[in-house]
Amino acid sequence: MSLNIRTYHELTEADRSGLGEQIAAQRRRVALRMASVRRVLAVLSGKGGVGKSFVTAGIALALARAGRAIGVLDADFNGPTAPQLLRLPVDRCTLLDDVIEPVLSPEGVRCFSMALLLEEGQPLAFRGPEAEGHVWRGTLEAAALREFLGDVAWGALDELLVDLPPGVQRFAELVELLPSPPSVVVVTIPTRESHDAVRRAVRGAVDRGATLLGVVENMVGGAFSGTAGDDLAAEFGIPVLARIPWHPTPDTWAGLAGCLA
Amino acid sequence: MKFLCVECDRQMQFEERRLPGDGTLAAAFKCPACGRVVALLTNPMETQLVASLGVKIGGRTIDAQPMETVRSMVASGRDDAFGDGGKRETGNVPAWSAEAQERLARVPGFVRGMVKRIYLDYAKERGITEITPAVMDTARSELGLEGM
Repeated sequence: MSLNIRTYHELTEADRSGLGEQIAAQRRRVALRMASVRRVLAVLSGKGGVGKSFVTAGIALALARAGRAIGVLDADFNGPTAPQLLRLPVDRCTLLDDVIEPVLSPEGVRCFSMALLLEEGQPLAFRGPEAEGHVWRGTLEAAALREFLGDVAWGALDELLVDLPPGVQRFAELVELLPSPPSVVVVTIPTRESHDAVRRAVRGAVDRGATLLGVVENMVGGAFSGTAGDDLAAEFGIPVLARIPWHPTPDTWAGLAGCLA
Repeated sequence: MKFLCVECDRQMQFEERRLPGDGTLAAAFKCPACGRVVALLTNPMETQLVASLGVKIGGRTIDAQPMETVRSMVASGRDDAFGDGGKRETGNVPAWSAEAQERLARVPGFVRGMVKRIYLDYAKERGITEITPAVMDTARSELGLEGM
């Protein structure tokens, strides 16, 4: 005899745990914080070491110098560098009643980074059972991203730049958390290897509804040769926003920022 | 995660939660019709996975704290990562007994501010004038504060 068992979505009574409502409350908190952010710009690349954080900082500082209200959320939790690149004057954040204040760069860029929280020289480590850490570690990093978005007093911003780690996973988490998919600046270096890795991530971002603003080709004019910037631009029908030389000048960044303003 | 009493065709209601401190969790759910109770038992990995979502089985007992998951889960955080903005408590602020201060001092600095805030709010809401280890134990039990 088979039992007539109602399934999950058929049970609609409150159960006092309210797990669904707890999740919804988390999302509302992020949405509330992001309501005063005009645009979220995700800086993405499928490849590590192409200079995403360097480009993020360059854009942020140039936009801030142009008078815009800018925030940088360093979403590279395992290799955070934004505080150094933005030359933050303090490495400590301030806890208010129900939010945490971002740290201001000398140019007024509001930044939050895991580097502000970790012991000097220590990797990001979580409390929890040693066994099967892979099951919950990714979930914790997604929760950290949610709290960086929703629990930091970003205030009114023209742009919130999100410096992503390599790959597309953190971008996918970002899309799930934001009310609408972010705009994306793609970063590559000129090489074929970079092109191959970056195009996969860009495809993943497009599949998740991202608006691609263009490609930044970094580390141009040195040892790395190739046409990755042009190839990605052609494949995805987007402009090459800038080619960043090894020693960019303020004008280099101002030109790139002008393309994004 | 929901529980159905198949015999009564009624959704079971959360009844009680226990955190024995070994990383496991026990949560009891009761059928509102027949009164049958079942217990959900999770191993440390499963408990951690739920905690990683920032949700509480059985519902929240206290308001969400800013960056609660990061502050309670990161093991390599700096003791002085969070300043308090120089704010001072107002009104009748409960005192901390020496024993309670000693216990609070053993909480990792990274999460100590949040833990202190939770105990202070608990005491203020109940008109408790001095926070002692006994008050902390009661608060932990009532609020379901694992590891605090």
